[in-house]
Amino acid sequence: MLLQRMNQTFPFHQLRQEVGRLFEDYLGGVDGGTFSGTRGSPAINLWEDGDTLFAEAEVPGMNMQDLEVSVIGDELSIKGQRKECCTKTEGATYHRQERGCGEFSRLITLPCAVRTDRVQAVLKDGVLTVTMPKAEEAKPRRIEVKAE
Amino acid sequence: MTTTMEKKENGVSRAERMQCGCAYAPGVDIIENQNEVILLADVPGATAKDIDINFEQGELTIHAHIPSRQGDETRFLLREYGVGDFHRTFAVGEGVDAQAIRAQMSNGVLKVHLPKSEKIKPRKIAVQSE
Repeated sequence: MLLQRMNQTFPFHQLRQEVGRLFEDYLGGVDGGTFSGTRGSPAINLWEDGDTLFAEAEVPGMNMQDLEVSVIGDELSIKGQRKECCTKTEGATYHRQERGCGEFSRLITLPCAVRTDRVQAVLKDGVLTVTMPKAEEAKPRRIEVKAE
Repeated sequence: MTTTMEKKENGVSRAERMQCGCAYAPGVDIIENQNEVILLADVPGATAKDIDINFEQGELTIHAHIPSRQGDETRFLLREYGVGDFHRTFAVGEGVDAQAIRAQMSNGVLKVHLPKSEKIKPRKIAVQSE
């Protein structure tokens, strides 16, 4: 149901994604979720369970110091910088350079309010996971039906 | 020596059907310097024990097993990428010392060192005056 709501809120989101994908295919592509030069910033997966929203991004080669995660209102912002591949070694030849590098910034609108003071971000093996507990009013509530 | 390694398959992207199911081709950088060829591959979600590297008959195969991070019943609100194993094969030139190939993992990036064999390393020849 939330997904439906999101698609209604952002009718162009899906279209933009599709067009983006088309170009990526045309330009030689992104594989998996790893960010590459053509995409410029990492892809994000977003899912939920009853009380919590989760966002995940693949950011291989980055440390927590290279990343800045923040939630302001109902927007999640992930900024980062991949430095390791920017330093070109003198006298080295690049036969292939498919891995993206440099700065990126992603901003996504969350489908419901979250408790910004309890947001947690964990980086493990190049995967960033952001855990965002939903605000009380956004949590699903079971409404009891009373028999008369 | 211009290209020591050549990608075998052409423009692989997205999940490929494989004998063992589905796999993604990782993005790679291949850098050559005087002494070795370095291959960097993005394999987020993998640790050292999940990586399988094989060198056989001039082919280097990298396989990274990525354990599933979400259950099948996960309710995705946004799904921009899929999670699955990484797999890619490269043809390696004869100038690489197969015995000395070594690899390391750090923050989801695999780094494979392929040292050049002594006989193909560039050498400076001193010219003696008579």
